[in-house]
Amino acid sequence: MNRRAILLAGLILAGFAFAGTLLVVGTERLTAERIAQNQREFLLKSLHEVIPAEDMDNDLLTDHIVAPIPELNSRDDIMVFRARKQGKPVAVILSPVVAKGYGGPIKLLIGIYENGTLAGARVLDHQETPGLGDQIETGKSDWILGFRGRSLHNPTEKQWKVKRDGGVFDQFTGATITPRAVVKAIHAALTYFTTHKERLFDAPAETRHKAEEDDD
Amino acid sequence: MTESNYGKIIRDGLWNNNQALVALLGLCPLLATSNTAINGLGLGLATTVVLLLSNTTVSTIRHWVPPEIRLPVFVLLIASFVTAVQLGLHAWFHELYKVLGIFIPLIVTNCTIIGRAEAFASRNPVLPSALDGLFIGLGFTSVLFTLGLLRELIGQGTLFAQAHLMFGEGARGLTIHVNEDYPGLLLAVLPPGAFIGLGMLIAIKNVIDRRRAASARTVKVAMPVREANANG
Repeated sequence: MNRRAILLAGLILAGFAFAGTLLVVGTERLTAERIAQNQREFLLKSLHEVIPAEDMDNDLLTDHIVAPIPELNSRDDIMVFRARKQGKPVAVILSPVVAKGYGGPIKLLIGIYENGTLAGARVLDHQETPGLGDQIETGKSDWILGFRGRSLHNPTEKQWKVKRDGGVFDQFTGATITPRAVVKAIHAALTYFTTHKERLFDAPAETRHKAEEDDD
Repeated sequence: MTESNYGKIIRDGLWNNNQALVALLGLCPLLATSNTAINGLGLGLATTVVLLLSNTTVSTIRHWVPPEIRLPVFVLLIASFVTAVQLGLHAWFHELYKVLGIFIPLIVTNCTIIGRAEAFASRNPVLPSALDGLFIGLGFTSVLFTLGLLRELIGQGTLFAQAHLMFGEGARGLTIHVNEDYPGLLLAVLPPGAFIGLGMLIAIKNVIDRRRAASARTVKVAMPVREANANG
């Protein structure tokens, strides 16, 4: 292969690289807005599943702070969305709070009303055993819905455990570690909220739109 | 290309040279995403689109690419198409995109695609190459879908669960609960179920092929004159 042929091959390769890049950039331009909107809608939908839209009149997605809370999530920042009505605090939604599951971290979204009662919790992501630990998903069982209305006083501190440990929450047949971890994480979130309530509501909202940045 | 050649491309893609059952290519996404029928269908169709695009393009440019750089060019093209398909899925099938996750970008590494580009599209005109891409893709999709269907049915006793991921909210009613009290068979949902299921499908295909071959032989023996005429 002489020098001319090598040069030509290089140029052709570069040409295809350019064409490929053009295709990807073009598609990205076409879809970027829709993808961003999808992500906002998806996030908003999961937030409103815990606290219904009629309970608030502010824009949840803009009124949020991003804070490292090592007690609730050892690795990443937690997003705290603040729901307000006529300027008064209604509730916060913490996401993601991490529980130490059997198969790895369980990422939870937890909503807490201003008075300290739980609006609800949902599992965002987990690697628990299919058929056993995955009952924490709403699609598989209603277990996680049972947290609505609970607070630090309901049940009492001693009973914030699964039944096997002397508490009030059901465990699953063949899986105790998963529900135990979730109960513990939700309790930790409630405790954190109670002690840091003012700060969580009063901190100025983040201007940076974190929701659009992190995808997975 | 004669008409019988087109027929052969279609038969090869769907059956005789089915990439999942005969060539045993693309097994990683096949085994991982075939846990429900809808997931299988989603990844299968995404793969088909990429195959169609890559085969058509590779065939179009086959005279302009020096043989020394053909593989990097093919990989480059396939990667671009996969990224475009990924963005498209993300924009228009957001929830399905979330479920299929990492397996969409991994379509790049599906050997079937580079294999067809190299073995077929780089040596044949555009139309047969496009047809080959389409039917190789559909053959792959049909295995993914069938395996997904079986694993879902045996594993959780449903059919077309989460159909709304693909066909929109109106399709929620498509989901069939075969038996409400079905306890489920965990094995079918877990990875071993995928291996066992695929093994069964390959076995069934081999049995069918063998029976056909056997009956073709008896026909030959019984009617030697006609057979000779047909071949002549």
